[in-house]
Amino acid sequence: MIYKIISKAEFKRFIDALVRSNSSFGPRMVDTDSRGEAVYQFQPVSSVDEIAFDYTRTASSAKHFFLPFRQELSRFHFHDDDWDQKVSYEADPVVLFGLRACDISALNILDDVLLNGHFPSAYYLAKRKNTFVIGMDHLPLPDCFCKSMNHHTVPTGFNLFCSDIGDEYYLAINSSKAFNFLREFETRDPQYDENCRLAERRKLISSSFRTEIDVTGLPAILDIEFDSPVWKKWGDKCLSCGTCAMVCPTCYCYSVEESFEPDLQSSSRQKRLYSCNLVDFAAVAGGHNFRPKNGDRLKYRYYHQHRGFAENANQQICVGCNRCGKACLAGINPKDVINDLRLEKDTCTTSVSSSPARS
Amino acid sequence: MNTDMGYKCTVTNIVRLTRQEKLFQIRIIDPVERALFRFRPGQFLMLELPGYGEVPISISSSSSNHEFLELCIRKAGSVTSALFNAGEGTRVAIRGPFGSSFPMDEMAGHNVLLIAGGLGIAPLRAPLFWINEHRNRFLDVSLLYGAKDPSQLLFTWQFNEWDMISHIGLHTIVEQGTEEWTGKTGMITELFNDIAIDPATTYAIVCGPPVMFKFVCGYLDRLGIPMNRMFVSLERRMHCGMGKCCRCMVGSTFTCIDGPVFDYWSVMNLKEAI
Ligand SMILES: Cc1cc2nc3c(=O)[nH]c(=O)nc-3n(C[C@H](O)[C@H](O)[C@H](O)COP(=O)(O)OP(=O)(O)OC[C@H]3O[C@@H](n4cnc5c(N)ncnc54)[C@H](O)[C@@H]3O)c2cc1C
Ligand code: SF4
Ligand code: SF4
Ligand code: FES
Repeated sequence: MIYKIISKAEFKRFIDALVRSNSSFGPRMVDTDSRGEAVYQFQPVSSVDEIAFDYTRTASSAKHFFLPFRQELSRFHFHDDDWDQKVSYEADPVVLFGLRACDISALNILDDVLLNGHFPSAYYLAKRKNTFVIGMDHLPLPDCFCKSMNHHTVPTGFNLFCSDIGDEYYLAINSSKAFNFLREFETRDPQYDENCRLAERRKLISSSFRTEIDVTGLPAILDIEFDSPVWKKWGDKCLSCGTCAMVCPTCYCYSVEESFEPDLQSSSRQKRLYSCNLVDFAAVAGGHNFRPKNGDRLKYRYYHQHRGFAENANQQICVGCNRCGKACLAGINPKDVINDLRLEKDTCTTSVSSSPARS
Repeated sequence: MNTDMGYKCTVTNIVRLTRQEKLFQIRIIDPVERALFRFRPGQFLMLELPGYGEVPISISSSSSNHEFLELCIRKAGSVTSALFNAGEGTRVAIRGPFGSSFPMDEMAGHNVLLIAGGLGIAPLRAPLFWINEHRNRFLDVSLLYGAKDPSQLLFTWQFNEWDMISHIGLHTIVEQGTEEWTGKTGMITELFNDIAIDPATTYAIVCGPPVMFKFVCGYLDRLGIPMNRMFVSLERRMHCGMGKCCRCMVGSTFTCIDGPVFDYWSVMNLKEAI
């Protein structure tokens, strides 16, 4: 990593040059919600003026650049009784500007899932390798809880990360590509004062969180509270719509579907992002459903995010952005569900007698 | 193995077993791919019928047979129905093999108890072939096999043959008898009365509908067979076979890569497993 200081004006010139000559995406205001708040999304940008530098959080995450909602995995062309199968891993180079630390953390988690292990995904790898990621720090929103998940800072996974230290940005340069691009622009090495301002900025971010979730011991609690009434309570509210998984930066479950083209000369195998909240997620042939109730499926999502993965990869996969909570029409969010579970546990431990003293 | 592109195969033979099940013999077309293809008993394939889709199917033939593979397939839905209508010479593709397997080497030197319900016999054929081919490495081997009615018993001709050649004790039972049926009727657990089980030297492999696991493994557990010497093969919806789509996940476990073969102890510790 190389650190540099760049003035905000020069940084804008740099971003402008970058987005003008590359296929680029950045945060833009696309609408206002029912409360009159701005709705942001990552959208194509062709000049720096189109970017909302002061944006809060995009409604859906940057995951879709790497895991599109629908993606063709392969195409079959038929001739006589035979076929050719075409598999393409090509991905166009893209610049992605303005990701928050937790958004980049989410990409690192997806890397873990999709690139490590026995069967790395070449489709994902191609997109990840060809995407130039520029991160930007920000002050947390009232409902952000990424600090609880330890994702309010991010050490890797980006090409460039900028921290706002007043009139300037403190740049963390994490790839030779980023370093080369920046050569043409005026930057300088950070001095004592700027290092202090970076430290202050980080402290400010860290102390600004208003939402905290206690996730200590959560994997075990989830195990112990498997049959907790909490799941029915929230399950009864859940609409099984799958929106939470769609907007989540780390949800990656999918289904595969195949279909013939109308001419019957070819067919396409497509991957579609799915959600474990959808009713048929665990249904097998013959009609049996391993998770028939809304509560079973809701529980499973929390289970996967906070326990299953914790056991497999030694980390929870929720980064604490609360996109799911914000998008849920039923008002379900991780903070309330997890607090409820904890409460279950706490009330039961306080209602029994304290542990026996050693004699 | 390129996991996104299957090996092309030709369907070389089809045997109709029942109204619902057929045994498909398939042969990998490319001689190099064919020679390199290896699997262990208990593993499965993703079987592709282009345009229709891809389904997980256990390999039902002997792992020492490098000429062709046998897949015993039940007509269950869209992909398997399309396959059912296909004839000899049809081309299909396979990805794999995927998943865990039965620990055949670990079982050597012990009695082996194979317990199958219905289509659960399909994944048990590979370990049965293995035992057949290495018969002297195992002590007593019994196969307990139950089905709804006599017409649904699969492969009995073959098991009788094995019974005679390599002394695999075969015991069958059906829930609903017919006039011609002279064998036993009842639940599979009744077959336990017919055999002597020595828990100290026995390994068990159980495959069938989920309800069967509870009863059978529960019984064997009470007999004293350690849970880590009982193996089950779980079925889940699968779309990738590679631990990526999460469709087959049970708790923190992927049925496709951690399973489908699990020891009973692991399954007991998995919520929602059976
Ligand atoms: C490890 C394992 C081993 C198995 N071994 C055997 C076996 O030896 N013999 C046997 O008969 N069965 C076996 N099964 C069960 C078998 O996989 C299902 O019966 C089969 O998937 C049913 O497929 P279907 O499309 O006919 O049924 P459906 O009910 O139509 O669909 C069930 C599955 O097929 C997929 N599917 C359906 N249509 C499409 C499409 N157009 N494109 C892509 N995917 C599609 C679905 O997404 C779904 O996953 C096994 C299952 C597992 C998990
Ligand atoms: S939790 Fe909310 S967003 Fe998620 S499936 Fe249920 S209703 Fe939909
Ligand atoms: S807060 Fe919700 S949307 Fe954000 S990472 Fe966690 S589960 Fe996903
Ligand atoms: S089948 Fe996709 S994760 Fe197991």
